Amino acid sequence: MKVINEMRLTLTSRSANEGLARAAVATLAAQLDPTLDELGDIKTAVSEAVTNCVVHAYPDSIGRIYIMARLFEGGVIEIAVRDTGLGIPDVEKARKAMFTTGGSERSGMGFTIMESFTDSLRVRSVPGKGTTVVMRKRLALRASGVRAPEAETGNPA
Amino acid sequence: MKLQYVIEDGTLVLMPEGEIDHHAAQSLLASMGALIDARRPMSVTLDFSGVSFMDSSGIAVILNCYRRVGEFGGVMRVVSVAGQARRVLNTAGVERLVNISYAE
Repeated sequence: MKVINEMRLTLTSRSANEGLARAAVATLAAQLDPTLDELGDIKTAVSEAVTNCVVHAYPDSIGRIYIMARLFEGGVIEIAVRDTGLGIPDVEKARKAMFTTGGSERSGMGFTIMESFTDSLRVRSVPGKGTTVVMRKRLALRASGVRAPEAETGNPA
Repeated sequence: MKLQYVIEDGTLVLMPEGEIDHHAAQSLLASMGALIDARRPMSVTLDFSGVSFMDSSGIAVILNCYRRVGEFGGVMRVVSVAGQARRVLNTAGVERLVNISYAE
């Protein structure tokens, strides 16, 4: 698949940056001419991934969150959210609905929502080293069959 | 985030405004909790018409409120939930526990 645009963003793990992260990725995703629902799905998934870094990767410190988002030809977006924090000892358990180590202020639904709102979710984690979450979502082709970035570059078809 | 409230016929109507994420939820939980604990209303409505986005932090806010009101026998419902928040609540199955109505 050919990459048509790419964004890299490094944030400190302050909770105020959760909104910044989802707004930035949504702004990039808008180039694929998504529906309102698709855009909502992307924002939600990014919000969950970044919140996990803030709450779980760096519970007692401020660390860095690395976001890479890429747009592919054909309307696919891939979002990678990486931290160098605590890591997850048992990824399978962490992905289970209603499982949380975050106390009563968390719902334990983060991974379930990321899974439901994207087409694929890969989680790689090494305790003590950090976690990388990679999500992919294919956007439905609009009736025109043309996606905005291809139309905007002015390249001959 | 902004939280307004009114009391209508004994019902405490809480109206959060903006995006409910983990960042916003921390202060929202505290201010909603303080209002409920101070008044102990038998009926609480969370009016979500001003909520433009929520992630799973919003689920925790709703469930926290639900439990708090239930502790003294009150009832709680959530109204005017828009599309994106609706998908989050449906995914989590919150409507099996809490009375939720959706925006048109």
